[in-house]
Formats: sequence, structure tokens, C-alpha cells
Amino acid sequence: MAISRDDTLNWIKACAVVIAENRDTLVELDSAIGDADHGANMHRGFQAVLGKLPELAEQDIGTILKSAGMTLVSTVGGASGPLYGTLFLQAGMPLMGKMEMNLDDWVAALEAAVKGVMQRGKAQAGEKTMLDALLPALDSLKQSQAAGEPLATALVLSAQAAEKGMQATIPMIARKGRASYLGERSAGHQDPGATSSYLLIKTAAATWAAG
Amino acid sequence: MKKLINNPEHVVQEALEGMALAHPQLLRVNTLPNFIVRTDAPIKGKVALVSGGGSGHEPMHGGFVGKGMLDAACPGAVFTSPTPDQMLEAAKAVDGGAGVLFIVKNYTGDIMNFEMAADLAGMEGIQVRSVIIDDDVAVENSLYTAGRRGVGSTVLAEKVCGAAAEAKRSLPEVAAICQKVKDWGRSMGMALTSCTVPHAGKPTFELPEDEMEIGVGIHGEPGRRRMPLKPADDIVDTLMEAVIKDLPYQNGDEVLLFVNGMGGTPLIELYIAYRKAHQLAEKHGLTVARNLVGPYITSLEMAGLSITLLKLDEELKQLWDAPVYTPALHW
Repeated sequence: MAISRDDTLNWIKACAVVIAENRDTLVELDSAIGDADHGANMHRGFQAVLGKLPELAEQDIGTILKSAGMTLVSTVGGASGPLYGTLFLQAGMPLMGKMEMNLDDWVAALEAAVKGVMQRGKAQAGEKTMLDALLPALDSLKQSQAAGEPLATALVLSAQAAEKGMQATIPMIARKGRASYLGERSAGHQDPGATSSYLLIKTAAATWAAG
Repeated sequence: MKKLINNPEHVVQEALEGMALAHPQLLRVNTLPNFIVRTDAPIKGKVALVSGGGSGHEPMHGGFVGKGMLDAACPGAVFTSPTPDQMLEAAKAVDGGAGVLFIVKNYTGDIMNFEMAADLAGMEGIQVRSVIIDDDVAVENSLYTAGRRGVGSTVLAEKVCGAAAEAKRSLPEVAAICQKVKDWGRSMGMALTSCTVPHAGKPTFELPEDEMEIGVGIHGEPGRRRMPLKPADDIVDTLMEAVIKDLPYQNGDEVLLFVNGMGGTPLIELYIAYRKAHQLAEKHGLTVARNLVGPYITSLEMAGLSITLLKLDEELKQLWDAPVYTPALHW
């Protein structure tokens, strides 16, 4: 089983739907420890990406992800724009020219993506950011890769790992981003960025593992 | 929640259209991407000043575009940093060959978007320098946070750097003046009420009738601590003490005292606060050589204020006094 170019397009479309459905939840999470704009910004960005997809339908996976990244950079704003833009831009790099991807390709893409996000945001694990969902997802994928798990299993496990990582942000004290101004008052709230990252990983599993 | 708007999604665009119609002699509004630019830009041989940030802080930054202040301002969505394509196109529109200074407030999103924009502008051959303003003393533990927020000093930096650029000072010189304001300016704010982001539709935080938030930011983000409401003089005392001891300001220093409204506080209350702040400054042996009172860096309809002190030298005083002609500041 492999993930085709069309599967990739379907994932992005499904992400736009999931972000739209969770728009208010993300705004609410961001109201608690940030500035109440995460849901609205992500929604605007993914709607713009959705509008771009028709002209990308015949492109390779790398180009599709790169274009999605550029669109997010110029439409999301805030910290999430450069961060999610970088995530998609960098994910696209190892996939340039590819019309389908296997588990190794997806691991390489997510690894490049996570590395890009760490550089752009100068952040590490445990600082109550999107990385706290992304890093466990990547680690889980690598473990599945080493264990020779099938792609579908690997995707489901990585989504579970991302979910756990997202939940683990609740007691954390934010060290990056606007939530960090709250210091200890940021503990007790789930991080909105980790939540949106989990949603993207979960949607990848839901779209690709079923197919 | 009541707001004088048509549609939460159109707030920024419609306000920009209004600005363009109100100030055609000073500025022009570019769309796709959004930026506000001086009508006479680019000015050959003059360093160009570009700032920007989320909307909802009006008049900052668009209201400071004009002669003697900013060449361009990039407005993001409400409380959301603008995107790199905005800063890139604005830089291209104002670069008169002497380079561009980005004045950036220290927020994670602003930093990342301005960094990406500076990279892109560099690739297009535009010389860019950036200075990051981080004057909010309410943020104490900067080792483990994104650092101090950029607040009131930003307005002062835009004014004095604008004057320096108008006098055809070089990019390193204008950047050094901006750095001086960053080093010598300190601020702290407080809120009596929260504010409501149009698309969120409800207050960002709940603040009971008898409480206030000390050390609040300009995005409705909660502050250093919440405490029972006190008389204006006590509030000003708390803010001034935190500000004065942070630099620290020395007996005999000349300062600019800036009492800023958060958007929902009437001028009569700001003058009550200014009166006390001025008295306290003098009590500390500071000479209030210049001042600014009014809503210049706001947080939508939040009631509250911030106090900024900027240590002055002859250079900064001259630059402050130089002519400025923008929608929000003019003399």
C-alpha cells in the first residue's frame, strides 16, 4: 500500500474540513492562554489552500505540499503562518517529483517538516507547542518503520502518539509563544498549536489508513 | 457584545478603505497584499521605515504613516501578525536605495514573519535592518519566555527614527537610534476590562467588576497578576514603580512620559493618570522634558492604560521635536 498524489490532495481537503469543524474549539483553547485567533487563522489559511488545489491537481506530491506551505505562509499570519507554512514547505522537499509515497517517504517528509518547525520557532519538546504533538508522532512512525509495521498501522499509531502528546501539554508551563507570558498560569490548559497539529496527523491516519 | 462593524471578516479591509478616503494627501492603501504607504514613497536616498503588526491597536501602525514617521505599515488581521509577503511588497514600494529599517514588536509571530520577509527582501537586493522593541517590564522571567513584549516604546521609536530618516541619516545610524529607544524605554500596562476580538465575538478574558489586571499586554492576554480595583493614583504608583526601577532611571535623568489609553479609557481619566505619573517622576528626581498623552497603541475597546518612560538625551529630544505629519501625530 502506498499514498498516492490523490490521497495527498484528499488529506489536505480533509484537513480543511477538520480545521473548519474545530475552528471554535481552537479559538477557545487560544482564548485561555493566547489571543483567541488560532482557529480563525488556521481556518482562513486552509480555505485558501483549498482554493489553490484545483491548479495543483496534476502536480507531484512535493510541489503540492510546497504550494500549500507558501499559501499558509501568506494567509495565516501570526506565529502559525510561518510555522505551519514551514511544516508543509519542508515536508514537500523530500517528496519533490514523487507521485506516491511509502512509509519511508512519509517519515522523511515529517522529519524534515518537524526539523523546519524547530528551526523557525527555535523550540524544543516540552515547551507547550505544536512540537509536543508532532515529535511523538514522528517518533512513533520511526518505531513502526523499525518494527516493519504496515503503513496503515504506523499511521494509526502515530495519530495516537500525537493525541497523547497533545494531552500531555495540559500540565506544561509554556516556554514559547504568547502563552509563555503567563508563566505558571499557562499550566492546566491544552496547547492550541499542539491541538491543530494533532488534528492534521489524525486526519492523515483517517484519510490514508482507511484507503 | 455590541460592535460598530458590518461583518467580523471585513473589519480590517473596511477600516483600511476608510483610512485611504480620510487621508489621501498623506497615504495610499495597497491591497493584495495589504499595506499603507506614504504618497511620496519611495524617497530617493532616504532610509525607509516599515513597521506592522496585528490590527486592533489603532492608530498604531497605519496612523503613523506620513512625513517624519513611517514610510509603510503592514496591518495583519486583528491581533495577528502580518505575513511576509506584505512586508516584502511594502519594502519594495518604499526602498529609496538607502535601505529599509523594520521596526518589530517582540511577539513570536511578528518576529517570524518579519524574519521571513527580511530574508526575501535580501534576496531581492534590498538592504534590511531590523530592531525588535521589547519594553514591557510586566514580563519578568525572560529566560523562559518569548521575552518582553513590545508596547509603548514602539510609538516613540517610530517617531524619532522617522525624524532621523527624514534628516537623511544612514541605515546604521537610524537603526542605532532605534536601538537606543529600545534600550532606554520601559513600559507597563493595566486593564479594567477585557476586549472582544470581532471574530471571537466574546471577551478574551473575564474580569469581575471589582478587579483589574496589572501587567496586561495589548492583545487581551492576561497580565502579571489580578487584584482588587484601586483608585487611579494607586494604580499609577504600581506601574510607575515597576517601570522606574527596571532601567533604572537615575536622579537627574530627563525623560519622555507617555501615558497611553488602551482604547476604552476616556482622555479625562488619562489626564488623571498623567497628573500622578508626572508627580511621581519628579519625586524620583526625573525631569519630564517631553510627554505624550492619548490612545496611540490600543487594544480594541479595552479600558485601561499603559505608562512608558523613555530616557532622553539631546539627540532624542531634537528628533522628537522634529516636524511630523501623519494621521495620528502631527506637529
